[in-house]
Amino acid sequence: MSDWLNLLIRFFDDFLVGAGVTLELTAIGLVMGFLLGLGLALGKVYGNKPLCWFSTAYIELFRGTPLLVQLFLIYYGLPSLGITLSQTLSAYLALGLNSAAYQAEYLRGAILAIGNTQMTAGRAIGLSRWQTILHIILPQALRLAIPSWSNEPILLLKSTAVVFLIAVQDLMAKAKRAATTTYNPIGSYLAVAVVYLVMVFALNALLKWLERKARIPGFEMEGKKGSL
Amino acid sequence: MDIIRFIQYIASGTAYTLGVTFVALPSGLILGLILAIIYVYGGKIAARTLSVYSTIMRGIPPIVLLFILYFIMSGTINLSPFWAGSISLGVISSAYQMEIIRGAILSVSGGQMIAALAIGMSRLQAIRYIVLPQTLRLAIPPWSNEAAIVIKDSSLVYALGVPEILRRAQLISASTQQPFLAYTTAALIYFGLVLFTNTLLRRLENRLRIPANP
Amino acid sequence: MTNKILTIKNLTKIYGDNIVFQNIDLSINEGDTVVIIGPSGTGKSTLLRCINLLTKPNGGQIWLDDEEITSKEVNEDNVRQHIGMVFQNFLLFNHLTALENVKLGLIKVKKLDKTAAEAKAFQELERVGLVDRAHHFPGQLSGGQQQRVAIARALAMDPRIMLFDEPTSALDPELIGEVLEVMRKLSLAGMTMLVVTHEMGFAREVADRIVFMEKGSIVEEGSPEDLFNRPKFQRTREFLWKITELYGKKEQEE
Repeated sequence: MSDWLNLLIRFFDDFLVGAGVTLELTAIGLVMGFLLGLGLALGKVYGNKPLCWFSTAYIELFRGTPLLVQLFLIYYGLPSLGITLSQTLSAYLALGLNSAAYQAEYLRGAILAIGNTQMTAGRAIGLSRWQTILHIILPQALRLAIPSWSNEPILLLKSTAVVFLIAVQDLMAKAKRAATTTYNPIGSYLAVAVVYLVMVFALNALLKWLERKARIPGFEMEGKKGSL
Repeated sequence: MDIIRFIQYIASGTAYTLGVTFVALPSGLILGLILAIIYVYGGKIAARTLSVYSTIMRGIPPIVLLFILYFIMSGTINLSPFWAGSISLGVISSAYQMEIIRGAILSVSGGQMIAALAIGMSRLQAIRYIVLPQTLRLAIPPWSNEAAIVIKDSSLVYALGVPEILRRAQLISASTQQPFLAYTTAALIYFGLVLFTNTLLRRLENRLRIPANP
Repeated sequence: MTNKILTIKNLTKIYGDNIVFQNIDLSINEGDTVVIIGPSGTGKSTLLRCINLLTKPNGGQIWLDDEEITSKEVNEDNVRQHIGMVFQNFLLFNHLTALENVKLGLIKVKKLDKTAAEAKAFQELERVGLVDRAHHFPGQLSGGQQQRVAIARALAMDPRIMLFDEPTSALDPELIGEVLEVMRKLSLAGMTMLVVTHEMGFAREVADRIVFMEKGSIVEEGSPEDLFNRPKFQRTREFLWKITELYGKKEQEE
């Protein structure tokens, strides 16, 4: 135990730096994923045939393959098509593209739950299709999506842990370094497991708080079901 | 590298990936099932302990847990990377599968247990013959999601040096200088496996559906 | 002197601060049908669940024949197979057909072999008039049919006594009759029954004895004749007046 504490103290600064990289990866992946995911969700629900088809194929392909393979495809595979990205950039891109597929599904669920009646109501007062989507549907759908969407940041934070396999210096990379310098792999990975847990719990608390703040009484997907 | 060697290489990698999945998924199911039963019917202390266990297991990235479990196992009982990795993935998945099955048990109404007790069944009989047959049917859709996750997470044993699809793709890309092709092939195989499993489980769900059950 | 099948002494059930019922004394002779009436929330259902040991009483004793089933040495599962119970919301096993619902207890609890269990199960379904629905799943049966299967399931265990917990409360009005008819026949055939119900017509016609319960205690009991025509207590009278008023109105509407 004291060995383990020594290890934790010795590599504490290193772990903090790694944790910072991990959070950065999560944040960038989340924002990229959200913007792209929103586009995909709208494309799948309201797009014309090719757009709808593309969105569906994108979502299925990215959800049906491991993130690690996507990461390798981007980092090792794209250069043979003439696109060379740095390790960090590859990681951002892989996380963003991957998360987009999942976020698209949360958002699509919420858009569908808002339903056609709101579209009819918007069109009835003379708004165009895209105006209705922008001003009527999305403001409601985004709120409605919060409870299911709030799983994504945590899932994404956990899935960032594979990027050390293309040598991005995240928390897991620091753990690997600690493991090779101390010859104590179990202790090192246990240490970062604790750091990951702390980050997950903190993020979870933050999301729960945001969820409470964004809540409109009587306006929840579950609530809707219950009141029927 | 000629095309036949390429196919052979990929095929044996696929076999490893399937092997990892076939060890991890059932062992996770059995462990998850037992834990879920203990969670629901094992009293307060068991429930609280398992709730903490589940929160911790599901709060740590799978690859971190994989490394911890792998080093523990290979250090104590000297298992090969394949077995240590597969069993580790099973243990990780068991925490998620426990939650799936627990949710399904809770959604089978408590009345079913009472009715079974009322005709003189023991609790164990009631769980075995009344609660579980309904639970496992309900659990198929979320479980199929978990199966897809385990297939995808099987790629993590790459990091332990198991020669599964991704590792093969890496070797092929090194010898052919065609990394994009190699990794795309790997991605498509994973996609095919996930698609196949989902279809299979959907068929199973339809086949086991109870007529006119709400 | 007839044989007492069920004897309850001083039974008490408390949930936290809430006294569900207190110091209940009740006994039932072999072959009798006893009906418990009373307002909702007076602990009637909980009383039945205590008799079946599905809920533990806080005090008092229960005997089934000569055996004290509230004693610690008793094997509860064993006791329950001798006490049949029919629930308000049927509680059929959703994943099993009508026949399998009746058969399962015979195989797993009574350890009959499959053929014997099947024969017995058909016999019980015959008794409730549902042989033609043997291979239907609960979801494919009407509420009345489901309840009759539930009765057959309980009967299959050859219980010493049958407990009915508001067996018709969850049914549409037009389906109540078929279930009451099965119960009436059962009573005539000499089954010992303890029934909680709001069906006053059934109580009046079938019961050997009626027990009026209110606020966790037995207010009065007697023959249907005495209780309906000459209730001793004002509370009994008020309850009977209210319930006939309510059900009378319902009948007029139909």
